[in-house]
Amino acid sequence: MRSQLEGSLAVAKAVALCRPEVISAYPISPQTHIVEALSDLVRTGELAPCEYLMVESEFAAMSAAIGASATGARAYTATASQGLLYMAEALYNASGLGLPIVMTVANRAIGAPINIWNDHSDAMSQRDSGWIQLYAESNQEAVDLHIQAFRLAEELSVPVMVCMDGFVLTHAIEPVELPTQEQVDAFLPTFDPRQVLDPDDPVTIGAMVGPEAFAEVKYLMHAKQMQALDLIPEISGAFSQAFGRTSGGLVHAYRSADAETIVVALGSVLGTIEEVVDELRTEGVRIGAVGVTCFRPYPLDEIRAALQGAKRVVVLEKAFAVGLGGIVGQNVRLALSGLPVQVYDTVAGLGGRPITRRTLRTLVTDVLEERLEPDRLAFLDLDWKLVERELQRLSDNRRSGPHAENILRDVGTVAASAHGGPR
Amino acid sequence: MFQVRIHGRGGQGVVTAAELLSVAAFLEGKHSQAFPMFGSERTGAPVVAFCRFSDQPIRLREPIVEPDALIVQDPTLLHQVDLFAGVGHETYILINTSRSLEALGIGEFLATLQPERVLAVPATELAREHVGRPLPNAALLGAFAALTGAISIDSVTAAIRDRFSGRIADANVTAAEAAHELAAARGDQVPVHA
Amino acid sequence: MSAEKLKLYQVGTFAVGNRLLDPDQRTVQARTERSNTLTSGHRACRGCGEALGARYALDAAMRATEGRLIAANATGCLEVFSTPYPESSWQLPWLHSLFGNAPAVASGIAAALKVKGRTDIRVIGQGGDGGTLDIGFACLSGMFERNDDVLYVCYDNEAYMNTGVQRSSATPPAARTANTKPVGDDPGNVFGQGKSAPLIAMAHEIPYVATATVADLHDLEHKIERAMEFRGARYVHILVPCPLGWGSESSVTITLARLAQETGLFPVFEAEGGDVVAVSKIRRRVPVDEYLRPQRRFAHLFGDPPRTDVILQLQKIADRNIDRFGLLEDS
Repeated sequence: MRSQLEGSLAVAKAVALCRPEVISAYPISPQTHIVEALSDLVRTGELAPCEYLMVESEFAAMSAAIGASATGARAYTATASQGLLYMAEALYNASGLGLPIVMTVANRAIGAPINIWNDHSDAMSQRDSGWIQLYAESNQEAVDLHIQAFRLAEELSVPVMVCMDGFVLTHAIEPVELPTQEQVDAFLPTFDPRQVLDPDDPVTIGAMVGPEAFAEVKYLMHAKQMQALDLIPEISGAFSQAFGRTSGGLVHAYRSADAETIVVALGSVLGTIEEVVDELRTEGVRIGAVGVTCFRPYPLDEIRAALQGAKRVVVLEKAFAVGLGGIVGQNVRLALSGLPVQVYDTVAGLGGRPITRRTLRTLVTDVLEERLEPDRLAFLDLDWKLVERELQRLSDNRRSGPHAENILRDVGTVAASAHGGPR
Repeated sequence: MFQVRIHGRGGQGVVTAAELLSVAAFLEGKHSQAFPMFGSERTGAPVVAFCRFSDQPIRLREPIVEPDALIVQDPTLLHQVDLFAGVGHETYILINTSRSLEALGIGEFLATLQPERVLAVPATELAREHVGRPLPNAALLGAFAALTGAISIDSVTAAIRDRFSGRIADANVTAAEAAHELAAARGDQVPVHA
Repeated sequence: MSAEKLKLYQVGTFAVGNRLLDPDQRTVQARTERSNTLTSGHRACRGCGEALGARYALDAAMRATEGRLIAANATGCLEVFSTPYPESSWQLPWLHSLFGNAPAVASGIAAALKVKGRTDIRVIGQGGDGGTLDIGFACLSGMFERNDDVLYVCYDNEAYMNTGVQRSSATPPAARTANTKPVGDDPGNVFGQGKSAPLIAMAHEIPYVATATVADLHDLEHKIERAMEFRGARYVHILVPCPLGWGSESSVTITLARLAQETGLFPVFEAEGGDVVAVSKIRRRVPVDEYLRPQRRFAHLFGDPPRTDVILQLQKIADRNIDRFGLLEDS
């Protein structure tokens, strides 16, 4: 049924339709509405049978999910940013043990400085944790990806995180088609665990593994993610058959087949990018976009195939590798190695700074007019004056003070100090 | 596409206003999108919310920089926040106040706009009267419908009933209809579709 | 006729494996049908108090639950010596996740069993003092506060033994550990306020809290079985001497546990709903040095000159416990 509702609520309803048996969740902005809505659904009995554990931290949330999943229950949790980091140890534990937990990550920046708004630094920090990572472009896709995620996770016994941009998607009210319980039941069978704690058939799970066997166990994690590269399109296809719309898969290509310039991105910014692509196309620019829906495992072949015809590729990402450059950019370059495609790494939207059509148009113009250096990460919309002023402070004073406060003073958010204004 | 930007303070129902507007548009068979821009929860801080609606699916996700309509729920923001950023000659402006726009100190600026597209509505007073709480959002949406004609009052009230129930829904509907009447009654105004 | 002198060893009224007792008075360990939940072949040190305590506790729990039990184990000595790849000495469904999350994992298991309508299967969470009192403390408190249906057992050997004997919040004052060496003016661990997990558990007002030692098998088994009569969060704290970490002979593990109780340094008691309901009285009160001397972790207190001032401080702690819990027969 098509409804106009908040992204968080849509996702909560979608998760509920998947019949999770144990939900453990700790609230963190901007995921709160998801876990609150699920709590309501459990309390009213709309989602039953389901045990909802109000845990004391994200570390406990993932730990409880591990215990529940190992006991054969379909387990779900959600988090963002600092919470994802707090459960980092448990993330690796879940993937190492092969437990098919599904988790929503409402993408949010990681502090310091503390910031509650959207970027991809949280999920990107855990890209090698062994979890499958899917990125939703819209709230519709977020709904659909959760349904596909449970099936994917359980078929492979690999945990899956569904990423959706915090606030931008979670708090956006837009039309979403929610399936019926019958449709979801037909698509998602009951959880049949590969391993389960059962007194009638006791097993030891989580034993230490020494040098004799560790590599093999780890390799299997990798092998299963490689299998996901085949399974994800399969599931997306089955979803399309069952629900009548295209969702998920490895990559989304938009007008890229004959494009000379292709913008690559993840998540909700693709909507704005597609608008700009359409505008530029009417102006005669041969431009397209490729959205990466599945970032881990990394669909190297599919990305290569989608981008190889272009002259230039502009990667627009919402996180970066400090001291190095782009993250998605590196991965894209890997996919294009050996090909004469110029790759530009750009980062924007950090800490929730909006990525506008103007930003994108300026970027494309700069690229086409060769004003962007291809070997350096370009920070879009950065206020260089603020940066330079702060760098000057650093070189002028040993006790230069906290960067954040200094810069905010310059921006004007904090009133000048009583001792004579900003230093 | 019709783009509305709503300004107010935390706790005044700005986000709900945008949501209701988007639901109203949805009920009319339009595509719509609403989203807020705010900091961590706290009442009193400036809040902005956006609503876009269109006959085409909306993919855009940037803040509304050039609004077709601006709703100001709290006039104390007038000299604190750059409320009128991006406002053009065609923009509708709806301000919640029982004072005159001149008394608010923006008479000069508003004189540069089309007078039939600018309206002051005592939405807080209407809300207090009909809802018993100073939450002006429903009233403002009723006035918005009359001022712009972009959404019908019936869709607004349907959206209110979709979101609220019982006495609260009734009260908010009454407030919206009262504001709508007030706005429509202003003689020289001619609702223009986006 | 010549007479041969026979030594009569009186080790206690209800000795382990005492076949002279009525069958229903025998301990679980004395029964042939005991589960051997932690079966032989594990790699614990000789004289390991934790291996003993875990065997006692789990066999009692298995009897109480008729074998329907799942265990979540924290990282630590028990986890490491019981599962040396590729072997496992566990004969029950057993999950080891991380160091700091055993109580939360146990909560998750209990939730899964509840949702599946299998509340006939019970859950035990277990770990050492490190995983329970320090790194796992937040999860422990959360589990208590939610009153999840989990029995949590802490095997307390008073330091992070598995990583080389570093101090924990359970390390007694003045004890030597790898990072509280007897150097400087205040030798060994600091004299802080201590951190009583049983009292903290009681402050959460959970249904059942108890302490026990490996010296009194009947008492330990009784406490585990009693705990299993309750639903909700339960906590049992067992003192398990560690020959390696404590610097004691492997043959005196049980003796030391008994001495800890008899000095008053380790009060043995039971609490229900936040109130103490029973204590194990000290039948033969012992001054603390009798307990301290056999442990090299306290050897620096008996040097030349001896640190009688420190021993006196430790005696005061024992005295306070005796007072506070009413541990003497005539009190």
